[in-house]
Amino acid sequence: MSTLLETENLSIAFGGITAVDQVSLAVSPGQIHSIIGPNGAGKTTLFNLVSGLYLPSAGRVRLAGEDVTGMAPEQLARRGLSRSFQNLQIFFRMSAVENVMVGCHRHERTGILSHLLALPNVRAENRNSREIAMAQLARVGLADLAEKEAGSLSYGALKRLEIARALATEPRILLLDEPAAGCNAVETEEIDRVIHDVAKAGIAILLVEHDMRLVMRISDEITVLERGRKLVSGRPDTVRNDPRVIAAYLGTFGSEEANRA
Amino acid sequence: MERLLRNRWALVLGLALVLATLPLAFPSNYYFRVAALVNIFALAAIGLNLLMGYAGQVSLGHAGFMGIGAYAVAIGASRFGLHGIVAMLAGAAVAGLLAFLVGRPILRLKGHYLAVATLGLGLLISMVLTNEAGWTGGPDGMAVPRLELFGMRLRGPDTWYMISAGALVLGVILALNLIESPTGRAMRAIHDSEIAARVVGVDVAAYKLKIFVISAIYASIAGSLMAFLNGHITPDGTAGFLRSVELVTMVVLGGLGSVLGAIVGAAMLVILPQALTIFHEYEHLLLGLIIMASMILLPRGVIPSLLARLRGGGA
Repeated sequence: MSTLLETENLSIAFGGITAVDQVSLAVSPGQIHSIIGPNGAGKTTLFNLVSGLYLPSAGRVRLAGEDVTGMAPEQLARRGLSRSFQNLQIFFRMSAVENVMVGCHRHERTGILSHLLALPNVRAENRNSREIAMAQLARVGLADLAEKEAGSLSYGALKRLEIARALATEPRILLLDEPAAGCNAVETEEIDRVIHDVAKAGIAILLVEHDMRLVMRISDEITVLERGRKLVSGRPDTVRNDPRVIAAYLGTFGSEEANRA
Repeated sequence: MERLLRNRWALVLGLALVLATLPLAFPSNYYFRVAALVNIFALAAIGLNLLMGYAGQVSLGHAGFMGIGAYAVAIGASRFGLHGIVAMLAGAAVAGLLAFLVGRPILRLKGHYLAVATLGLGLLISMVLTNEAGWTGGPDGMAVPRLELFGMRLRGPDTWYMISAGALVLGVILALNLIESPTGRAMRAIHDSEIAARVVGVDVAAYKLKIFVISAIYASIAGSLMAFLNGHITPDGTAGFLRSVELVTMVVLGGLGSVLGAIVGAAMLVILPQALTIFHEYEHLLLGLIIMASMILLPRGVIPSLLARLRGGGA
């Protein structure tokens, strides 16, 4: 498989503390690559570097062969990289379907003057975006809640709404930051299904998740971070039996949990 | 009722109907004048509401753009011999250009910092209008040549009521169109989460700038209409800091993120001081009390709070 996203010795320091330290990893289309590690290991920081929210102090990010290091999030979105957030970033005053329609933004072509005049091509575009958004909502199982104001949805629904919104950008790679955090078993199951489904469609997935059973079950590859550094990288069964990983992160209880998956 | 208020064409039709029938109840030219002022301030407030209520960016200097529109028609007609309409459009272009040039650096700021920066912009414009007495007549202001259309000199408040009503309806239609468009979704998204908007590909800086320019043009057109209506303008009356505060108050009082709210806010702030003059020295006291009471009882602004009540969710 060809590599879609690649980081090379990616690093960032905040006031002397190196939060992410020379991390290199690669994700291919259709692959689910999980990042795990204890709290403060630098998982979300790594996501923020890859998605353009932070500027790395060293290292490079390449997307489909292009050097995208230091590009703004909106530029990366246009190149096919989108993400969800650990702490929800929802457009609370808009309806669920409108939230996802914002995800269609990068495909919308009409100009602001035609928007002011509500020209027929704008109305066609609105309809088109709404259709795409509805399809994405159906994909994550939220079609019934399309017209509800996002602020009134449950936590688990909002987690999936973020995924639908990111999918509406038609990404080539999707970064999911703890999509199952705070979700109950049924919702986790649903998210598991969605991630599988997305990967099967050929989209690369970079996943940060604490639910070890979910991670072990769906990942093609796992990278373990500890204090900003890459500890181990490999297939789930390699990683869960690695003594360094057990010592640093899983502990005895965690490794039992992982083995049960 | 709620459905009706949310349907944009019902809103436009209802507004047009009210504006067309109100004059039947006007006993004198004075009423036409006050109503025309309501229309004009409503227009400016709708523009500011696009910026504040929808895109979530404050401007405490918006009257500056009204001043540009007002002085454009006065100076354009008296010193350059421009037709009033041409001068009005030139003023809108100048206001839009200024907003474009100043907007990029200013709109990087957030919250209170943006408020102070826009306040500075407003003060700057009103200062220039006050000090360039050779062009503007200084603090005493200048006369505005009457607009001539099809050989008629437009001067009566009833005429300007009709024209401002037309402008208001047009402004409402354009604003509602914008809100329900890709641009509108982008700006509402920016209001709730800039970061989420960016990761799905919305160029946040570019959209803030576009909305700032549009709202400046709304204010400028309103300023031009006010100049035509009054026939005489001063820097304080058009571009002063208090005017800017008034515009912000209209938007917040009537309801952030509600086009109808901006109209209601404008109506309250224009009509109340006129109606309260019968209480002589207590006028300002009462105005302040009413504004406070309205904000306490309808904390999200008149229209959004009432809509929430109708929905049964309380304010």
